[in-house]
Amino acid sequence: MKLIIDIALAHIRSRRRQTIISLLGVATGVGFSIAMAALMQGSQEDFVKQMIDAMPHVTISDEFRRPPLQPIDRLNPGGAVALRGVKPKEELRGIRNVHARIARLRELPGIGIGPTLRGQAVIRYGGKDVSVTLVGTKPETERRVSNLEDDLRAGSLDGLRTTANALIVGSGVARKLGAQMNSSLTVSSPVGSARRMKVVGIFHTGVTAFDNGQAYSLLKTAQVLQDRPNVINQIRLRLDDVTQARDVARRIEALVGYRSESWEEANESILEVFFIRNIIMFTVVGAILIVAGFGIFNIISTITYEKARDIAILKSLGFRQLDIRTIFLFEGLLMGVGGSVLGWGLGYGLTTALASIPFEVEAFTELTRLPILYSPVHYIVAGAAAVIAAGIAGYMPARRAARLNPVDIIRGAA
Amino acid sequence: MKELRKNPLIETRSVTRILPGPVPVTLVRDIDMHLDAGEFVAITGPSGSGKSSLLYLLGLLDRPTEGEIWVEGRNTGMLDEAELAQLRLEKMGFVFQFHFLLPEFTALENVVIPMRKLGHWTASEQRRRAVRVLAEMGMAEHQDKRPDQLSGGERQRVAVARALANDPLLILADEPTGNLDSANARRVFDLLASLAHEQGKCIAAITHDPDLAALTDRQIHTLDGRIVDSGPIAA
Repeated sequence: MKLIIDIALAHIRSRRRQTIISLLGVATGVGFSIAMAALMQGSQEDFVKQMIDAMPHVTISDEFRRPPLQPIDRLNPGGAVALRGVKPKEELRGIRNVHARIARLRELPGIGIGPTLRGQAVIRYGGKDVSVTLVGTKPETERRVSNLEDDLRAGSLDGLRTTANALIVGSGVARKLGAQMNSSLTVSSPVGSARRMKVVGIFHTGVTAFDNGQAYSLLKTAQVLQDRPNVINQIRLRLDDVTQARDVARRIEALVGYRSESWEEANESILEVFFIRNIIMFTVVGAILIVAGFGIFNIISTITYEKARDIAILKSLGFRQLDIRTIFLFEGLLMGVGGSVLGWGLGYGLTTALASIPFEVEAFTELTRLPILYSPVHYIVAGAAAVIAAGIAGYMPARRAARLNPVDIIRGAA
Repeated sequence: MKELRKNPLIETRSVTRILPGPVPVTLVRDIDMHLDAGEFVAITGPSGSGKSSLLYLLGLLDRPTEGEIWVEGRNTGMLDEAELAQLRLEKMGFVFQFHFLLPEFTALENVVIPMRKLGHWTASEQRRRAVRVLAEMGMAEHQDKRPDQLSGGERQRVAVARALANDPLLILADEPTGNLDSANARRVFDLLASLAHEQGKCIAAITHDPDLAALTDRQIHTLDGRIVDSGPIAA
């Protein structure tokens, strides 16, 4: 075996320049795929992390997944009688029998529960209007289900309790209004009631949709403002294990009957974009590696043509087809491995360089540096893909070389 | 089949080799011959008479279309590619018209390669043997040169040394002196003759040169793919 390796190395050494170029091809493929994967997965994880920090993991709302059946349908399911233009009964919105339902949720392990009333409101201050989603909550339950307390730039969550008619607004809302801590704002609801409220906190999550359009008040205050006493229309849940959100949401929906949405379901379109982005990434990276594979195929084909005479000699000396095939396959694999190792260095350098680029996006979230995820998996996958590509690229000319008939070559040379 | 005389080293039985194609070409037809240990045999004949084809068949580089080739009493038709390679490795050495050394390796390394492949000796024994064989060829001072640093005659002597590396029974030479001047050609032939007569090898060499053929024990003349005269059997 060592003899075969020596011969393979001699072949590679005799074509140093081409070998270096093939190695660089593989290294480029591996390096860029590592850098791209680090950036792609880094930004994705960063985004998802921000999202799951800012949102409840499961939201139970006062809706049903299917509209309630009309009595006529319930009586004759799939029957011949159909009624058109039936007006559904007007129902009071809100989750009914909230206390019993929450009590049932409490029995599930690893879940923080935050009952809230969510509604629209317009905040007026100094002649400016900003429409917000007003979330009525309680400091003690809010702590269990969101990072609001950590996201506060000023003030405190307990201020909701200690101050009458207290309001916590997003940083964007405060900026638009020109409001500051302790500013007195007018908050009015769609039902027409209005009330002066005092800013006791300003939060900043980094997710613009929240910062520019959300405000928190005490649950009781919100219920009075919306004229919906004792109504809860949303229960937010935070799980100890985020990855279970989908399953938990399904179980809870079966348990409480109301529509329960996991954060994944709520953000399906965004996750879909990530999925497509990953496909694009793997396609590009795959293409780079295939091109690198062509490079290897090319050089090993060239070597087999150039070394046809050597192949004939080796066969006449008593080398088997298997030996010849192993020589050239080994050359391909060696380039794959060498290129991978070079590519790891290149990939690490690229990701480090990318990680140092300062970056700022206003649109959705704010970053100071490109989010990079360092993962050995990227290195292993890119290296393995390159070695496999190199193996295939080496095997094809190797098989052809092994099948060469020495007599033809000797005749041709003589 | 019981025979009184012992098995010849290599024996062909009605060997025919036809190159397939739209117009099949018959390279050799109905060859019956044998070679014995200690014989130095010249194969002569005009171009295209099938002498090279015969040599490749004897060297198991090519397989006959019909007929059988027996080596030391074994029918090679029953062996697969790997077994034929092993037989070549152990029993045969080739010398071609062009030296056919591996250009990346020194003279010594070229001689060592078949021994490494065979694996019968330790690395130091292999080296010692290679040095000795090269010295026998008068190449001791050139052993660390690469083929491109050697003259044609020197390369051909290295090629002979390589053919001898595994101490084969049979050495097959395809115009070993084809591109050498007469002094060098004579030298290589003398070398081959001494191998046959002193070391008991069987040597079959193709040559065009009647003077060189005259140095051998027996001449096999080929014409149109047949043996027309197999010369005197050596005593």
